[in-house]
Amino acid sequence: MGSVSSYFGQLCGKEQKGEEERHLRANDRPFNLSYHYANNAIKTSKYNIFTFLPLNLFEQFRRLANAYFLFLMILQVIPQVSSLSWFTTAVPLFLVLSITAVKDANDDINRHKSDKQVNNRMVDVLVDGQLKKEKWMSVQVGDIIKLENNEFVTADLLLLSSSEPLNLVYVETAELDGETNLKVKQALTVTGELGDNIDALAAFNGEVRCEPPNNRLDKFKGILSLSEQTYALDNDKVLLRGCTLRNTEWCFGLVIFGGPDTKLMQNSGKTTFKRTSIDHLMNVLVLCIFGFLASMCTVLAIGNAIWEFKEGSVFTAFLPREQGVDAGLSSFLTFWSYVIVLNTVVPISLYVSVEIIRLGNSFFIDWDRKMYYPKSDTPAQARTTTLNEELGQIKYIFSDKTGTLTQNIMTFNKCSINGKAYGELFDFAGQRVEITEKTEKVDFSWNRLADPKFDFHDHSLVETVKEGNLEAQAFFRLLALCHTVMPEEKKEGELHYQAQSPDEGALVTAARNFGFVFRQRTPESITVMEMGRQVVYELLAVLDFNNVRKRMSVIVRSPEGKLTLFCKGADTIIYERLHPSCNKLMEVTTKHLNEYAGEGLRTLVLAYKDLDESYMDEWKRRHHDASTAMDGREERLDELYEEIEKDLMLLGATAVEDKLQDGVPQTIEQLAKADIKIWVLTGDKQETAENIGYSCNMLREDMKEIFIVAANTAEGVKEELENARRKMCPDSADEPSVVKERAGLFWLQKTETVQDETVHGDYGLIINGHSLAFALEKNLQLELLRTACMCQTVICCRVTPLQKAQVVQLVKKYKQAVTLAIGDGANDVSMIKAAHIGVGISGQEGMQAVLSSDYSFAQFRYLQRLLLVHGRWSYLRMCKFLRYFFYKNFTFTFVHFWYAFFCGFSAQTVYDEWFITVYNLVYTALPVLGMSIFDQDVNDRWSFQYPQLYTPGQLNMYFSKKAFVRCMMHSCYSSLILFFIPWAAIYDTVRDDGKDIADYQSFALLAQTCLLFVVSIQLCLDTHYWTAVNQFFIWGSLAAYFAVTFTMYSNGMFFIFTSAFPFIGTARNSLNQPNVWLTIFLTSLLCILPVVAFRFILILLRPTINDKVRYKMRKEALPAPTPRKLPRRISTRRSGYAFSHSQGYGDLVTSRKFLRPLKSRPALFLQTDSPLAQNQPQHYRTIKEEPEGSQSP
Amino acid sequence: MVKEEREIANRPDNTAFTQQRLPAWQPMLSAGIVIPGFVLIGLAFIGIGVALFVTSRSIQVMELDYTGVENSSPCFRCSDPDVKNCMCQLDFSIPSLFEGPVFFYYGLSNYFQNYRRYGVSKDDDQLSGDLDSFTSPSDTCAPYEFDGNNKPIVPCGSVANSMFNDTFKLYQIINGTRKQVPFDGKGIAWWTDYNVKYRNPSVTPLRNAFNGTVKPLFWPRPAYELDTSDPANNGFINQDFLVWMRRAALPDFRKLYRRITEGDYARGLPAGDYSLEIAYNYPVLSFDGRKKVVLSNVSWMGGKNEFLGIAYLVIGSMCIVMSIVMLIVYAKFKFPEEE
Repeated sequence: MGSVSSYFGQLCGKEQKGEEERHLRANDRPFNLSYHYANNAIKTSKYNIFTFLPLNLFEQFRRLANAYFLFLMILQVIPQVSSLSWFTTAVPLFLVLSITAVKDANDDINRHKSDKQVNNRMVDVLVDGQLKKEKWMSVQVGDIIKLENNEFVTADLLLLSSSEPLNLVYVETAELDGETNLKVKQALTVTGELGDNIDALAAFNGEVRCEPPNNRLDKFKGILSLSEQTYALDNDKVLLRGCTLRNTEWCFGLVIFGGPDTKLMQNSGKTTFKRTSIDHLMNVLVLCIFGFLASMCTVLAIGNAIWEFKEGSVFTAFLPREQGVDAGLSSFLTFWSYVIVLNTVVPISLYVSVEIIRLGNSFFIDWDRKMYYPKSDTPAQARTTTLNEELGQIKYIFSDKTGTLTQNIMTFNKCSINGKAYGELFDFAGQRVEITEKTEKVDFSWNRLADPKFDFHDHSLVETVKEGNLEAQAFFRLLALCHTVMPEEKKEGELHYQAQSPDEGALVTAARNFGFVFRQRTPESITVMEMGRQVVYELLAVLDFNNVRKRMSVIVRSPEGKLTLFCKGADTIIYERLHPSCNKLMEVTTKHLNEYAGEGLRTLVLAYKDLDESYMDEWKRRHHDASTAMDGREERLDELYEEIEKDLMLLGATAVEDKLQDGVPQTIEQLAKADIKIWVLTGDKQETAENIGYSCNMLREDMKEIFIVAANTAEGVKEELENARRKMCPDSADEPSVVKERAGLFWLQKTETVQDETVHGDYGLIINGHSLAFALEKNLQLELLRTACMCQTVICCRVTPLQKAQVVQLVKKYKQAVTLAIGDGANDVSMIKAAHIGVGISGQEGMQAVLSSDYSFAQFRYLQRLLLVHGRWSYLRMCKFLRYFFYKNFTFTFVHFWYAFFCGFSAQTVYDEWFITVYNLVYTALPVLGMSIFDQDVNDRWSFQYPQLYTPGQLNMYFSKKAFVRCMMHSCYSSLILFFIPWAAIYDTVRDDGKDIADYQSFALLAQTCLLFVVSIQLCLDTHYWTAVNQFFIWGSLAAYFAVTFTMYSNGMFFIFTSAFPFIGTARNSLNQPNVWLTIFLTSLLCILPVVAFRFILILLRPTINDKVRYKMRKEALPAPTPRKLPRRISTRRSGYAFSHSQGYGDLVTSRKFLRPLKSRPALFLQTDSPLAQNQPQHYRTIKEEPEGSQSP
Repeated sequence: MVKEEREIANRPDNTAFTQQRLPAWQPMLSAGIVIPGFVLIGLAFIGIGVALFVTSRSIQVMELDYTGVENSSPCFRCSDPDVKNCMCQLDFSIPSLFEGPVFFYYGLSNYFQNYRRYGVSKDDDQLSGDLDSFTSPSDTCAPYEFDGNNKPIVPCGSVANSMFNDTFKLYQIINGTRKQVPFDGKGIAWWTDYNVKYRNPSVTPLRNAFNGTVKPLFWPRPAYELDTSDPANNGFINQDFLVWMRRAALPDFRKLYRRITEGDYARGLPAGDYSLEIAYNYPVLSFDGRKKVVLSNVSWMGGKNEFLGIAYLVIGSMCIVMSIVMLIVYAKFKFPEEE
């Protein structure tokens, strides 16, 4: 029952009394329970068995249409007003309600299941002095729990102690903020002393006072009081639910926030309900329809008043008035009676049908094998089933980079050593061979420390290294020495590298596989296995990377005492510092570098320099002075670095591939052809982002200009943006042209739209996070939007999750365009939620993005299928459905309106009540559903062939207010025909045996049969794709109509339910008359032929893109898809250099903070303890022999 | 192998349905279909139109208004509501043979049998012979549910109450003598109405079923005495009653009164002078209604109705015109081959 009260609490806007401070005591459940803090159970479900019916009904009747029909039903039981029996509304309403209820129930059952799954995970909890396995949901605030490596953090915990030295723990926060690098948390020393001493922990009785639950992930404030001492607590000491423990054997934590109070839940709790633009339009239209209905009823009520006054008053001889009813009252009653009769203009089954269609289209997305990724066994998933048609209207795509466009895998792809390029394969004729998955890989089994996941295809490089080529060895030695990677070797021979940037990881891994295994690091030394021989280098200095230097160097002393400086960095930078003797080599290497850069590879140039002892000593002294200097430290260090990093000897260059996902450039090209703008929002550095921009074809050499906005002040940003804009469009106005409009329900919603400005030529814009922060300020955001929208490609780098969302919001707000955000990590969640449609890349570790997304699939390239095929079809189908649905209901209803003028405005229906009841539900339901689920104008291959087919969706061309008005006019015409042709045809006529046929019942049957034929033929005309199912539905519905009609008008039905079926015999008596059939034929053709002629002429005069493609499709077979392997071997000016780690890691690796002294971990790393032991061959174990060794989480 | 199966566990089925590759017919509005289609439809319509028009033309109809609005009308005297049991006589002549079988209709205009409150004012249970509904008629019958003494009215309701009660006799005047044209009143109602929908309660004699009930207020005689000449034609299955109860769709309507199928008139009404004797009971002038009698014969397409024929002709020719227009447009704006 708690859920009910909380639910209604939410409804009434009543908030629970805010918690002001959290106060808890460890190991003291009674004390903590007194505060009634939430325990660790989470609940995302809405109903339980008892609350389902009332709550769900309540929820459903909050929908305007359902409430309206309830109101109608009440009207219908008032005898004075009731113009139709109650069942005409009750039956459809009941059906609609039950279908929705079943769907809601199913959704909720799924939520219950997932809640249950999460709540029933087990964790070690310290209860009564011993560890017990308990379910997550029974964990209480104040409990102490034990976590082990690779476990999810159960709740928000205060870290007490850990297995690691200095009470550190390592956590991965990918689920929370999407950052995949490890974060360090450190417990207080005072609690760290508890260690894993269960008794001590059980006796721990610290009290925590801290902030109330909130959703700020980066802040925490609190105080721990322990034996009359207080300690300040900050974010560093808190483990948040959703993190994963890594590289830490165990840790203990004190539960501070549980379940719904955790920061994870506080962040994800508020899911905004997304609605499509068609939904909004539909609401507006339904409102318009209400207005229209009211005005129709008013007209008829006035008509009734006039009729009553003129005719009814004298017709009283045969139709006496009811007591006290005069013309005025009668017209008032008539108004309501007509509300009932004409209620079908507000289509009750509209919402349900829309849901069914969307569900159907969602299933097609789920079922699509072409969006299924076999490698990770992930099918596409439509997680939200209510947004499909908006997929066909996307105008802007906001994409994350890492993990979305790229695989987030860096591979050492090619290299140039001493002027010789490696990494490519040539066949006997000297032709380049395409490297595929099937290409034979280099066998690294000779190297027991090799990483089995490393692939390389060029055998010659291995041979070169094995032969003992000095340059090649120096090359890999450099790679093994000059970096900031941390090694981790938990088991003998099983190395893991913790690299700050994946590039470095790739390079060090390459060196590892080629026989130069970086094994161990201390602040003063680096241990490398060089071709199976252990060599310990003394590390003298790390000349760290920064953005200006664009290089890093290390100075090491080899065991032989040789001093060497190893340097790697951007080509332009290194080239300036090379010894003149390298000129020749430089030329060759430059050629290679250009090739690599042209392929979008990230390159680094490697160089070395031998140093002599005396110079080094002197330099070291100066270095020491400089690094301890109080002022100008940076400059002095830079000078020193500059001095020593010259006259370098060139070794070669590396090319690392930031592996794009398959088909990304093609997808982007396709989407661009469909006039969709793609903005890349990435947390990466500018260079990386730019590089990816080039490699996935978003930035191209042939672009007129690529603007880079990287100012650090608001003025600077403004100026750069304005300059860019002026360059693109010199005559653009200073002020953006903003169109202010009102839209939405009751036109309450104000919208401002910035008009598109046309620009000739393609431009690109790159803006970094700093500048973006300024540009997103109120006064600059329009400038940003204008400039950005002029560009073909926009790349924002160094963007925070919040900024991602802000950018999306900005476009949403001022462009009134449909946006889609696609990402894979938790840092994309905000943008995924902000955009109209969020797409998550699934099948990877972090699920946060997928969980908050509306659609998910495994590969970026599926986006084109989702949009160009499924989205387009969904939009087309939905629009066709709506147009047809409104048409069929208006046509149906308007006939009553015309009849009113001939029946004294008495709210007499034209059709049989049963027909009214089942018209929408039975006779016309399935054919239109069949069309809206199966219809396709052109098939998927043609959709890809002509991405331009997508543009009508962006312009709302298929369904809009205008289209709606057109529907109404069409209905008006049809209903006029449908009423007046039968009217004229039966006027004063009789059957062929002279008996009556101009009676009401025959007329009703005639009118409804005509109507059904007309709407069915109209549907046939709208259907472009006639599957067997469509045929079956259409013919089936017509057959059902006749079957049902003959049954309902049969003797048997009349005998059983005499008063319910008064139309007995009508079908038999009138459908055997030739003139009835001639009338039906005439009416149908008269309704349809003008439409055919109009459409035909329209196709000739103003063919749409669909018409053209359809025409083409008939004429010719689909051209074979051109092999699209892009030969991107264009020479390039730019430098493809890329480091992606940030400055400062050099200091880190030489400081002690990140290094774990080996001594302190005796329990785990016994065998790695002695470096000598590693030389014993018997300790080596290959991976194959130890299957349980693969510890990947 | 097992591993492979597990790996593709989530792979969607490869069926034409799930992959949206169902074989389908994709018609298009092409010139090759639309223009000849219009021509064919046009020709067919003109053909049907001609047939309908000719047929309709061949049907003979004679309408005689006897409301008595004008002073000159022989029934003017009867149109005064205060005059009871008024008889009037309408003379007319038929110039040529009125081919049989001839149907004799009465027609009413501006009469709203299709008014909703009027239309619902009956009790189908009662009319199907349910004795329970005799004693307690459905309240839909209001205001003709009970009479002033709270006795149930049978048959109840406005429709029954307002049953048309003028009667007609047709005489041919041959050499000054009146020869009555025999009327056939059997089988003028729908078979289903007579046999299924309306039934008398299975009580004999029929009048006993009506014990404790009163006749409709307007009726001169109770239901079981509607046809004094034929005891079987009484109660709810009286043919005139059935015809009346089948309420009209439009405010102007005609209802079959009798057929002329017997004796000398089986082949039709010969040319000559006729006289129609009308027992004028039914008041329509108060609401500006009109009464008429109609003599008509029928064809395969029913009664005379020129609308259908003309409509087919007009639309047929419009189709032809349209096809020419489309042909011109097509010739001028042939589908653009390439963008």
